[in-house]
Amino acid sequence: MKKYASRIYLCLIFAILYIPLVTVILFSFNATESTAEFSGFSLYWYSELFKSEEAWIALRNTLILAVSASLIATVIGTAAAEGIYKMRSKICKTAITSVTNIPMMNPDIVTGMSMMLFFAAVMSIFKIADYNKIGFVAMLISHTTFCLPYVILSVLPRINELGNSLSDAALDLGCTPLQAFFKVKLPNIMPGVVSGMVMAFTMSLDDFVISYFVGPTNFQTLPLLIYSMTKKTVKPDMYALSTIIIISVFVLLIISNMKSTKRLSANQKKKGAKTK
Amino acid sequence: MAKLIELKGITKSYDGEVILNSINLYIRDGEFITLLGPSGCGKTTTLRIIGGFETADEGELYFDGTEISDVPPHKRQVNTVFQKYALFPHLNVYENIAFPLRMKKISEEDIKKRVTEMLKMVALVGFENKSVSTLSGGQQQRVAIARALVSHPKVLLLDEPLGALDLKLRKDMQNELKTIQKAIGITFIYVTHDQEEALSMSDTIVVMADGEIQQIGTPTDIYNEPKNAFVADFIGESNIVDGIMLEDKKVRMSGHTFDCLDGGYDKNEPVDVVVRPEDVDVVKPENGMLTGIVSSVTFKGVHYEIIVDIKGFKWMIQSTDYVAPDEKIGLFIEPDAIHVMKKSKYSGKFGDYSSFSDELDTLSDADTAEEF
Repeated sequence: MKKYASRIYLCLIFAILYIPLVTVILFSFNATESTAEFSGFSLYWYSELFKSEEAWIALRNTLILAVSASLIATVIGTAAAEGIYKMRSKICKTAITSVTNIPMMNPDIVTGMSMMLFFAAVMSIFKIADYNKIGFVAMLISHTTFCLPYVILSVLPRINELGNSLSDAALDLGCTPLQAFFKVKLPNIMPGVVSGMVMAFTMSLDDFVISYFVGPTNFQTLPLLIYSMTKKTVKPDMYALSTIIIISVFVLLIISNMKSTKRLSANQKKKGAKTK
Repeated sequence: MAKLIELKGITKSYDGEVILNSINLYIRDGEFITLLGPSGCGKTTTLRIIGGFETADEGELYFDGTEISDVPPHKRQVNTVFQKYALFPHLNVYENIAFPLRMKKISEEDIKKRVTEMLKMVALVGFENKSVSTLSGGQQQRVAIARALVSHPKVLLLDEPLGALDLKLRKDMQNELKTIQKAIGITFIYVTHDQEEALSMSDTIVVMADGEIQQIGTPTDIYNEPKNAFVADFIGESNIVDGIMLEDKKVRMSGHTFDCLDGGYDKNEPVDVVVRPEDVDVVKPENGMLTGIVSSVTFKGVHYEIIVDIKGFKWMIQSTDYVAPDEKIGLFIEPDAIHVMKKSKYSGKFGDYSSFSDELDTLSDADTAEEF
């Protein structure tokens, strides 16, 4: 009885979680505009979507922003993690780690608003009249900022785990400190760096709140576009767009999970061999 | 043999705790020198200062006559074999060994020649393309040695390199290391807490305790002529008894006056007397210089380990003849088996077997293995 109850409970949870998504996917293939009845399978809304130039530009913008923000955040974040690891004073270490986590803990709406105020101040100081001129840079800075903690969070444990012995060995064998980092440390913390980058990429991809505050009119991202369209009547071409996003996020998740399970089993194998 | 490395007044402390207290030491070219001591005695720190991973608070470090305290590790002509090998997991065996040569931008042809040479020396030919994580502990150890030697350093530093290996493999590697050292003729500075390892491999042993050097000497010197109670106790088993030097070559302990070979002490000076367990002969009570009651006997394979109570002080004796517990026996000690030492701060702390137990011994060994 208990077993059935827990199964039913599990199904219920999944149903609540996924029925809305399934509905969106289903109706994206609807032949008519109706959101109430399914009148036949068709790819009409997808073709409509791909005809819309606006959607294409928004997609391109989103990708450009997500790729560049996650790359910059990865470089800065990895360097920061290494710096935090090398800090001697424990108090400094804890303080800096907490400070870097603020953008993650802070409600997005607060981060967004403070970013907007900051860029407004920058405009008045440098006498820039047109926000669109610095719009992209502002977006890039904002996205990099809120992506940064995720990179540090994923790289720092790796560096801690690796310890000093490998870099000591590299120095001993003739590497300058910089060479030791790139030739020995980086390859060994790579999994952490990559997963940090993937996380940063997805965070930037689906950010709406901060982009809403900071985004200029000439640089619209997909979440902003969808939001602006919902103000009018929602047409199923938005369902089609949502379906594409859901599926790509799903694929990305599967890939990164597969990688981490592989790594996990490889580690377990290694440990098993050692105990033998 | 010229002085290759010299430490002058090296002092180091962490968070106000003194780790090294004014270490003075020189190391000759081509010798196998061992820094020996218990956990926390500062031996690893000394090695790391020579390697360049730590900087001394005070003192000077000379290499071949030049002060090198400020020279970074990658510019020093010393290489290290680390405690846990520190092989690069992202490179295979060949690339691990080739690593220092690549840093020096040596031609691919020469790299191949030298790596192959090294692989031959450590008997790992055929392992070139294996991942280092698939190797056994002994094989990883060999890769670490090959990698440290391939760039022809003048000095090899070894930080408890055999600590992670099992006993049999450790013995084999001891011989192998000694052979390698003789073959290439460079200086080896070896850090260990294992006295047997130190005795069997070294040309010179430096015994350290509490951040200070206790004694420097050849293995036989250290064993036969320990300077104080700490050294006598740390190197092998010893009975350390309070004694009084009546005059040259006469020492009184446990109520009996013994002939000995030592001299040069004040009249009636209190001293520590060391007698090694294997140097005591068990005789009939009436023939003994000392008599005592056997309190325990343990069979050790080659000999019996006998604990004897002599006037409340427990002696350890190693004998091939069995005696029964609670039996009264006599002890006979030859003059050359007695070694007299000046009193030191370690007097009275070591050399009594009243709380002796094998288990305790192995426990403290495990502790020292943890040292970083």
